[in-house]
Amino acid sequence: MSLIHEIDYGTPASKSEKLVTLTIDGREITVPEGTSIMRAAMEAGIEVPKLCASDMMDAFGSCRLCLVEIDGRAGMPASCTTPVAAGISVSTQTQRLKDVRRGVMELYISDHPLDCLTCAANGDCELQDMAGAVGLRDVRYGYDGENHVTARNNGEINAKWAPKDESNPYFTYDPAKCIVCSRCVRACEEVQGTFALTISGRGFDSRVSAGMNEDFVSSECVSCGACVQACPTATLTEKSVIEIGQPEHSVVTTCAYCGVGCSFKAEMRGEELVRMVPWKDGQANRGHSCVKGRFAYGYSNHRDRILNPMVREKVTDPWREVTWEEAFAHVASEFRRIQYQYGRDSVGGITSSRCTNEETYLVQKLVRAGFGNNNVDTCARVCHSPTGYGLNQTFGTSAGTQDFDSVEHTDVAIIIGANPTDGHPVFASRLKKRLRQGAKLIVIDPRRIDLVRSAHVEASYHLPLKPGTNVAILTAIAHVIVTEGLANEAFIRERCDWSEFEDWAAFVAEPHHSPEATEAYTGVPPELVRGAARLYANGGNGAIYYGLGVTEHSQGSTTVMAIANLAMLTGNIGRPGVGVNPLRGQNNVQGSCDMGSFPHELPGYRHISDDATREIFEKLWGVTLNHEPGLRIPNMLDAAVEGTFKGLYVQGEDILQSDPDTKHVAAGLAAMECVVVHDLFLNETANYAHVFLPGSTFLEKDGTFTNAERRINRVRRVMRPKNGYADWEVTQKMAQAMGLAWNYRHPSEIMDEIAATTPSFAKVSYDYLDQMGSVQWPCNEKAPLGSPIMHVDGFVRGKGKFIRTEYVATDERTGPRFPLLLTTGRILSQYNVGAQTRRTENVVWHAEDRLEIHPHDAEQRGIRDGDWVRLASRSGDTTLRALITDRVAPGVVYTTFHHPSTQANVITTDFTDWATNCPEYKVTAVQVSPSNGPSDWQRDYDEQARQSRRIAGKLEAAE
Amino acid sequence: MSENPNAKLVYMANQIATFFQTQPAAGAAEGVATHINKYWEPRMRRKLFEHIAHGGEGLNPLVIEAAEKIRRPEAV
Repeated sequence: MSLIHEIDYGTPASKSEKLVTLTIDGREITVPEGTSIMRAAMEAGIEVPKLCASDMMDAFGSCRLCLVEIDGRAGMPASCTTPVAAGISVSTQTQRLKDVRRGVMELYISDHPLDCLTCAANGDCELQDMAGAVGLRDVRYGYDGENHVTARNNGEINAKWAPKDESNPYFTYDPAKCIVCSRCVRACEEVQGTFALTISGRGFDSRVSAGMNEDFVSSECVSCGACVQACPTATLTEKSVIEIGQPEHSVVTTCAYCGVGCSFKAEMRGEELVRMVPWKDGQANRGHSCVKGRFAYGYSNHRDRILNPMVREKVTDPWREVTWEEAFAHVASEFRRIQYQYGRDSVGGITSSRCTNEETYLVQKLVRAGFGNNNVDTCARVCHSPTGYGLNQTFGTSAGTQDFDSVEHTDVAIIIGANPTDGHPVFASRLKKRLRQGAKLIVIDPRRIDLVRSAHVEASYHLPLKPGTNVAILTAIAHVIVTEGLANEAFIRERCDWSEFEDWAAFVAEPHHSPEATEAYTGVPPELVRGAARLYANGGNGAIYYGLGVTEHSQGSTTVMAIANLAMLTGNIGRPGVGVNPLRGQNNVQGSCDMGSFPHELPGYRHISDDATREIFEKLWGVTLNHEPGLRIPNMLDAAVEGTFKGLYVQGEDILQSDPDTKHVAAGLAAMECVVVHDLFLNETANYAHVFLPGSTFLEKDGTFTNAERRINRVRRVMRPKNGYADWEVTQKMAQAMGLAWNYRHPSEIMDEIAATTPSFAKVSYDYLDQMGSVQWPCNEKAPLGSPIMHVDGFVRGKGKFIRTEYVATDERTGPRFPLLLTTGRILSQYNVGAQTRRTENVVWHAEDRLEIHPHDAEQRGIRDGDWVRLASRSGDTTLRALITDRVAPGVVYTTFHHPSTQANVITTDFTDWATNCPEYKVTAVQVSPSNGPSDWQRDYDEQARQSRRIAGKLEAAE
Repeated sequence: MSENPNAKLVYMANQIATFFQTQPAAGAAEGVATHINKYWEPRMRRKLFEHIAHGGEGLNPLVIEAAEKIRRPEAV
């Protein structure tokens, strides 16, 4: 094992198809037109010295190290900014170049500290490497003159020196070590797209500045780490590297946060993780990262992590630590007892969209083959189940149509019900890059998300609709496209069912679907809707990206179908730059759905009632499978309250905090006789658990995650599980205790079983993934390299199906008692229920959930910024502090749900999507009023949670 | 929604019917039945039939029309 070093070619690759041949150091080299001389040389294995160049960003030409000489041309041009030309002859090493480079280096080093031995970058310093490369042996200028290196100069205070900025929890900025190469500034602009950094001053006064000379943590910096990665010196350095030292080996793995599924190098020293660095060859992230994946992994060592199995008789008892064997035996006997007493269908399981495909597969297998029923569901129920339903109905398969690279070809992007800069930051950076190149943007969101207007990005249209009216607005857009004759008839005739289209077109053309008619409930001025519709239909490659603001509604599935209709209507399917792109919340939402986590379908989206599919698994597993669909999560809880559902195995999901209508969830859990929680922490659901099985982190196990673009990425173990077992082993041992003859020795064997039973995974194996890096399913004989884009020559279902989408208002309505609409979302630094990110330094950016409220609504209620307010709905009430902002429209309030003390889901109702029971998180009628502090419910809940987390023989664990 | 023990089930069935009512009339009842057959666990279907047997209070007529196409769960 050794460190993985990616080659830095110095400048980005040229996409030109025209080739140019030139000579460098006597070698003939052929590269695409537009390639820099620096890159051409590197491709031939000739490394020209450089400091300010990196292939992650455009050439800058400031360091003056990469000079070359070209026969017949005067001077010494910078090889990074000089493109190749046919027939030229380039020399990268001549006496003149050597002298100039050494002189340049001497100047750099004359204003740089010589503490190399104790410097954190020792062993990973490009400045040091370049000093070596140019043969610098002496610095003639001395260090007594003007400099940025020493705090005092000849006894006087040195005004040019600045102290280290250690305000960011994850990295430091040491201006004394800066060579002003601008790589950090350019990375912030070009890679991340935040523009938080700049060079202040000029000449010798130049210095990197976060915001307006602020410290990093107070500036607009989003802590993505791109600048740290770009820095060639120790100026920007991970605190973990400062503390531990340089890593000695690295392993490529996949981030366990959002559905973008970024590839990282886990850089290690022994079993200690030194840092996570985005992998340039990662096909989802292309070398970029966000604050969560890059830095927020500290939870894996957090003192709250539970490492021993525990059981208890009653949920009011303290926990008792037991051996694994006792825990498995207890679970097996309890589940057997419950099934004997209450029937085969009285137990079930919940698979995790945080865990690997292999682990998910095993949990659903345990339920189907071990429990003998189909009561298995996954947290995708509460986020993207409508995507599955809607896209399956219209296109014939339950998945996004594109890869993330596709955005590089998009001309018009529609973002609806998603906030990528916070929820899917690395995708947002890639989108912003495309927008800066001139692509147009339409945002459909009740809230003014950052993409509506931020540095060098401005949406052409923002349709600030009332929460709950997605279907009305999308149908109105379709109305405009159809009635104004902007549809792509050729595409529809060739690829879709024409008679269904005619029926649908007549439906959307009805006057009551026009933007003018729908304004009454959407609140969006019709000219904005018409403008957006025309732009999407006429603007070139149109791509729709959407998130949970689409799915988590009572008409979630209808909205997904409306999105699919629009894509078919405009022919925006089946090529790069277009498509329907669900932005998946969790790392493995796609995978958990693929793996048969839903109660009605086996792996590969095949319905449980299909005899042929059941037979495949029955033969392999040696059991008879139940042909009836099982209970979905909300149905399980209803059945529990009614007394027919008594036992639940929950792997890696916190349903008490993340599912709507907390009181109903709590009542369901409380009615069960054996709740088994398998997790890293005593989460909120564990307050009602009888057995706790400690889980392992993504760093501690092998497996695969499947991201939002259907990409199957390897997760690789870099350290032993602190709890003793990877999660797949825990499920296997539990199955064995229940008498199932499972004997997987490695997750690769589970993947082999998946491939053998699931046609869309037929060619997938760990060996193949190692060879390919990653593949996007379907990956089989028909598509051996995987499928970056779906529905290329035709829809999976045959003809694309247009489906009527009538707007039906949710029954969750405002009225005199609850006049405001609450919608929910997330923030960049925190992740979902926060179980992980709250246990990292990310709390610096977001220590509590706040209620965003418009100044008008706040003033009417006498609420000032920062005041405690009571937030009440028909379901319950809670308190949190107000944040007054015009990002939300009057009549709408917004909050995040990252902190258990807020209990935002006490407020949300049990209304669900009509087709999938996906909860309607995004619309709740509420009232907001001034408050003195936590509600009675919050106090009771805290006390109950505290009591339920006691472990016999241990001091109370404080969170 | 708590007066009637079947209120939630009725509400869910009606939501499904409301969608299929907006679709071409010919397939509406079929659509409701197929949807319930595909996604409703036998306990839920059994309760639905019991509710219909007791008069089907509150149910959208399309659900009642669809009922003959909904698969009856096996007896317990």
